[in-house]
Amino acid sequence: MQKYFHSVMLDTEKCKGCTNCIKYCPTEAIRVREGRAQIIEERCIDCGECIRICPNRAKLAVTDPLERLAEYKHTIALPAPSLYAQFGPRVKPGDILGALLDIGFDDYFEVAVGAEIISACLAKYLRDSDLPRPLISSACPAVVRLMQVRFPGLLEHIVLLDTPMEIAARLAREKAMQKLGLKDEEIGVFFITPCPAKVTAVKQPFGNRSYVDGAISMSIIYSDIKNALQSPSTIIRENRSPAAGVGWGKAGGENHAISEHWSLLAVDGIHSVINLLEEIERGGLSDIDYVEAQACTGGCIGGPLVPQNLFVSRVRMENLVKILHAEQEQLPPIKVDYDSCKLPGPIKPRPTLMLSEDINEAIKMLEQVEKITADLPGLDCGSCGSPSCRALAEDIVRGYGESSYCVFKLKEKLQILAREMVVLSQMKPPAMGRETLKDNQNKQ
Amino acid sequence: MKMEFEVRGMDFNRAGEAAAQIKKALQMVGMKIETIRKTVIVAYEAELNIVIHAHKGILSAVLLPDRVQITAADEGPGIADVSLALQEGYSTAPPHVREMGFGAGMGLPNIQRCSDKLDIESRPGYGTTVTAVIINRPGGE
Ligand code: SF4
Ligand code: SF4
Repeated sequence: MQKYFHSVMLDTEKCKGCTNCIKYCPTEAIRVREGRAQIIEERCIDCGECIRICPNRAKLAVTDPLERLAEYKHTIALPAPSLYAQFGPRVKPGDILGALLDIGFDDYFEVAVGAEIISACLAKYLRDSDLPRPLISSACPAVVRLMQVRFPGLLEHIVLLDTPMEIAARLAREKAMQKLGLKDEEIGVFFITPCPAKVTAVKQPFGNRSYVDGAISMSIIYSDIKNALQSPSTIIRENRSPAAGVGWGKAGGENHAISEHWSLLAVDGIHSVINLLEEIERGGLSDIDYVEAQACTGGCIGGPLVPQNLFVSRVRMENLVKILHAEQEQLPPIKVDYDSCKLPGPIKPRPTLMLSEDINEAIKMLEQVEKITADLPGLDCGSCGSPSCRALAEDIVRGYGESSYCVFKLKEKLQILAREMVVLSQMKPPAMGRETLKDNQNKQ
Repeated sequence: MKMEFEVRGMDFNRAGEAAAQIKKALQMVGMKIETIRKTVIVAYEAELNIVIHAHKGILSAVLLPDRVQITAADEGPGIADVSLALQEGYSTAPPHVREMGFGAGMGLPNIQRCSDKLDIESRPGYGTTVTAVIINRPGGE
């Protein structure tokens, strides 16, 4: 049985086995075997880097289809803040919420409101000086999973607060149950997602349960929203759209929403996040209180499933936040129940790099890895289908590869073989010996 | 199991690479998280000490089921007074290195704080060998 759910999958029909993706995967989770990419499921963090890099569009994110709305009596759309940045300058959050109802949702609840609540909780969380510094945001599930796999020693730095998506989903559900007298199972809450990582966070939550029932890809629902925006039946809906919460959709927005007397750092792009986590691991950055870390360059507006170009959506978002900020005064204060926003327990590591459960055995295996690595050419060309020579050595020791996968090793072997063949071809069986003798005599 | 890395003086760009490889090796053999956490700091600070103070040196890690031993042997100026060097904030790093944000005099104290056993052998004018042992404790998660 599959141990982990993954949104990111391979379309085997489209994959040509080109090895472009293997080097970009931050957890070395991809191998090309028998001409097709394969994802090692324990290691994949659903960051979607491979979706971006694949020239054949063979990597895809499995999301929920709109048809799933039919499964529920009452459906609620949860638009991610990044959705607001996908349209032209005249389209306001209220228009988009109206469009969502037009498409078929019965109600909506802005994730930006969840972000507003978490921003308030964060300020309280940061006041607790006993926690290790810097604290690291839990908002991007790809970063949290990256830490489970590659930085288990830093998991205690993660802020144990739920994500804005979960807070919004819980409040939306509670509201529907109270106001409409609905049962929990009659309500379908759907997140409009910018990324596969959030889909996985819904199906395999960090807390005890997810309050979200499904995740719909932003790029799939995009054209429906665009059409609905043009339709006369779509009317502008009431929206809170707090500037601070909407700003979470782009890199730096989370920090911006926390009061400024803290020392805050924002990092975006998975490889930059890795560099920064390494620095923290080496004992650095303890002067920083909080790190906002997002796997996508630019933040969620740079997610693998957003339709709009990152640079365009960044300016849209900045302008929108400015407008919302000016309107802010009229907003009633939000109710924040700090305790209900906490995650039930610590985030557990995922020790997927271990060679063997038995440490003695693992050390022996590592010795072998070192030996094989030293023997490989060290070019990291990727032709073997593993991301580097060292990774191939690991694969060989784990029984997942052979040294002949290396084209250089193969060539070496062929050369030896060719030399042997020359020697062999010059040897003659005894039955042919006489003729040779005669030939020689003739020659003389 | 022993790993060895050559470290060059003043090569700040590559400082941390050896520590990163040692960390991955520790994860692969399944050392406790606490052991890994401490070893990364020890290995990095030891690596950095060579980069800051020495012409060149060798950083090595010995992995045993119950402990990790990190050794940094350099060809450098040596340490005149080891107990002084172990004091927090004491530094002999040149000003231009300090301007880069390194050499704040926390290297050896950090190594001491994160290791279970520390041995510093130094011959002024020849070099220093720092040997730190980190115990892989069963309770270390
Ligand atoms: S989604 Fe990310 S972690 Fe998973 S295989 Fe693709 S690049 Fe690797
Ligand atoms: S940065 Fe945002 S869009 Fe990208 S993986 Fe993280 S949560 Fe998803």
